Amino acid sequence: MAGEFGNPEVVEETVDILMIGGGMANCGAAFEIMQWSKGTDLKIKLVDKAAMDRSGAVAQGLSAINTYIGTEQDPADYARMVSNDLMGITRDDLAYDLGRHVDESVHLFEEWGLPIWKTDENGERFDGSKGMTPLADGGKPVRSGKWQIMINGESYKWIVAEAAKKALGIENIEERIFIVKLINDKNDPSRIAGAVGFSVREHKVVVYTAKAILLAAGGCVNIFRPRSVGEGTGRAWYPVWNAGSTYSMAAEAGAELTLMENRFVPTRFKDGYGPVGAWFLLFKAKATNAFGEVYMDKNKEMLNDYPPYGQAAVPASCLRNHLMLKEMRDGNGPIYMDTVTALANLRETLSPREVKHLEAEAWEDFLDMCVGQCGIWVGENIEPEKKNSELMPTEPYLLGSHSGCCGIWTSGPTDVGAPTEETEAGVPEHLPSGWNWGYRGMTTVNGLFTAGDGVGASGHKFSSGSHAEGRMAAKAMVKYCLDNADFTPELDTSVDELVEAIYKPVRTFLEFKDYTTAIDVNPNYITPKMLQFRLQKIMDEYVAGVATYYTTNAEMLKVAGEKLDMLKEDAEKMRAKDLHELLRAWENYHRILTAEAHMKHIEFREESRYPGFYYRADKNFVDEDNWHCFVNSIYDKNTKEWTCFKRAHVDLVDKSKLFK
Amino acid sequence: MPTFVRTEKCDGCKGQDKTACMYICPHDLMKLDMDGSDTGHAMKAYNQEPEQCWECYSCVKICPQNAIECRHYADVVPLGGSVQPLRGTDSIMWTIKFRNGTMKRFKFPIRTTAEGSIDPYAGKPEADMSKIEDIGFFCQNNGFRAGDRSELINL
Repeated sequence: MAGEFGNPEVVEETVDILMIGGGMANCGAAFEIMQWSKGTDLKIKLVDKAAMDRSGAVAQGLSAINTYIGTEQDPADYARMVSNDLMGITRDDLAYDLGRHVDESVHLFEEWGLPIWKTDENGERFDGSKGMTPLADGGKPVRSGKWQIMINGESYKWIVAEAAKKALGIENIEERIFIVKLINDKNDPSRIAGAVGFSVREHKVVVYTAKAILLAAGGCVNIFRPRSVGEGTGRAWYPVWNAGSTYSMAAEAGAELTLMENRFVPTRFKDGYGPVGAWFLLFKAKATNAFGEVYMDKNKEMLNDYPPYGQAAVPASCLRNHLMLKEMRDGNGPIYMDTVTALANLRETLSPREVKHLEAEAWEDFLDMCVGQCGIWVGENIEPEKKNSELMPTEPYLLGSHSGCCGIWTSGPTDVGAPTEETEAGVPEHLPSGWNWGYRGMTTVNGLFTAGDGVGASGHKFSSGSHAEGRMAAKAMVKYCLDNADFTPELDTSVDELVEAIYKPVRTFLEFKDYTTAIDVNPNYITPKMLQFRLQKIMDEYVAGVATYYTTNAEMLKVAGEKLDMLKEDAEKMRAKDLHELLRAWENYHRILTAEAHMKHIEFREESRYPGFYYRADKNFVDEDNWHCFVNSIYDKNTKEWTCFKRAHVDLVDKSKLFK
Repeated sequence: MPTFVRTEKCDGCKGQDKTACMYICPHDLMKLDMDGSDTGHAMKAYNQEPEQCWECYSCVKICPQNAIECRHYADVVPLGGSVQPLRGTDSIMWTIKFRNGTMKRFKFPIRTTAEGSIDPYAGKPEADMSKIEDIGFFCQNNGFRAGDRSELINL
């Protein structure tokens, strides 16, 4: 029976492994899993709320692969860089493991058709169409920094998705399915048993029963009021469709989260949020204040306030922001990327052929991944060789794969010396004590795995690392299912209740819509859009958004908590006038929980661990004695309360090598 | 409104098996107005939530009629410029027009293999189930970096 609005068809399906999200992580998982599961009778399914060809953070394309280790660096070097950039508190086991696996995925991308720039024997660079020696056979990439390599990546996701779809088989993929809740096992609440969601194209609720789930649905965007609030709201730095679904669904299922206080505030080209990496590292441009002063030189003494993280060859990203914000607060803005000088200098050093190509390279950097920035350039008549562009720190973002490390506490590898015991007191007893508990990539909920933005405490994996991380989780999930062959998951909530919960915004709308003459103003419900505005206002004004120069304190956080409590209550009154709005309603529900986790963690961590990303004015210091540790949390979906606690940090590689 | 659909060019993908822009938009923004009740233009697509548009150009690039363009965020960007691609099978061509009339054209490669030609497991070994608990993937492409074990200080 086909469903209708307010009365959806209910489809129940039993699989062994459910993959939620079609981004880089699950594309990697799809490729890896079908070989390990060959010869088993495991039923595997992938659902994506969008279309895999253009879903996830790489949808628009990329101009670089930001994690490629190469033959001359060690995974330990990579783990050290990740650690320092995130102020010393990351899981070396996860970063190291990613570092040793990631290049395998990059080599596959090139094999599948991704054009990768190369350097010839004279050091001249060529784009990826040239057919030079592949990386796997010793070809030399064009480095734009120690870890990044340049690509012609407009079709990056299209290519990776093609391989994933072929591997998995179209019959095992369903697009435009938005999963909104995970379901625990009826007989064992520490296990996952399924997931429930709906189609954004048909009036259909889907209820999946699964032994194992790979939850990889991206990071979280738009919980803070963005700097642009009209049409420009859409021009988020990270993709606007990343709604915190990964963190909130995991939290509601009982998974332990980690470092949810961490955030990323990228400094980007103002308004278009175009990438700066190639400008800094490939074109060697400098960022200055309005008077041409290079703030990284002018304010470098400020780095000494944060030993040892400010004293590495490359100071942590947040500290670079910290030095820039000083100029902005002192009234020395606008801040500029000096593109004019950089391009003029390059003309002196490059070959004539390369100079000819230089302008195209500068434009391609944006066109491959951030066309909106080109929109700014053409609208404001900016040609980078003639006019400098403004830089600006954005609104905060929560993610685990880029230069941020919030996410889910995840089981790591067993062969790199990770702790097997916990030395901090106060960790709830039902949680694991060491850093690995059987299956790589599994969360603290049995059978629930994650990858990419989902894995906390290990940033800087980016597109390639997310793909590799999905592959690691895929393999472990097959093992988990084979080890649990006799287990039959049973949902802890009835299908009727699940359907009722998911379609509640629709029912609310249908019940009350005729009470007023204008459907958007009605005392009986709130539109998802207004709910989002309220969330953004609270977070911006009280939880260290741009309104306060990223500053908060315990009192402001307390007020935020009260306001978020009421917002959570009002989320029960969201309306959905169509399936598109039902999608927005649940995305915003996910955003609220993610935002609340962020606020609770900042409140719990009584220091300012990430100066330049946020400041607690009442604890405006880095406290290595008391807070060189992870802050983790669990959420109780029944009481709707968070419990935060510390976990001990241990170095598995020697960090002193960073500081000469 | 970030991306917009040219009325006279959009044919609602009548001859296709799906509405291309609606199929591809990562944020569920593009909508086919079947009966014209939303826009006054029956069987044409439109961007139903322009303030949520990332300007990712997925719809612009996929439209078989080249009916979709982008008018950049009006609350941010002065009018008059345009950035328009033509995406082929192995390259993409960009036509860039500044507000002051300056024009630029760029062409970049997008892939080195034919679209649809990927055979993911061709030439790859089968997974060795005895190694399912070991480090590494089912196939090796010269990319595994074993690392210097002496770097691990907690072993």
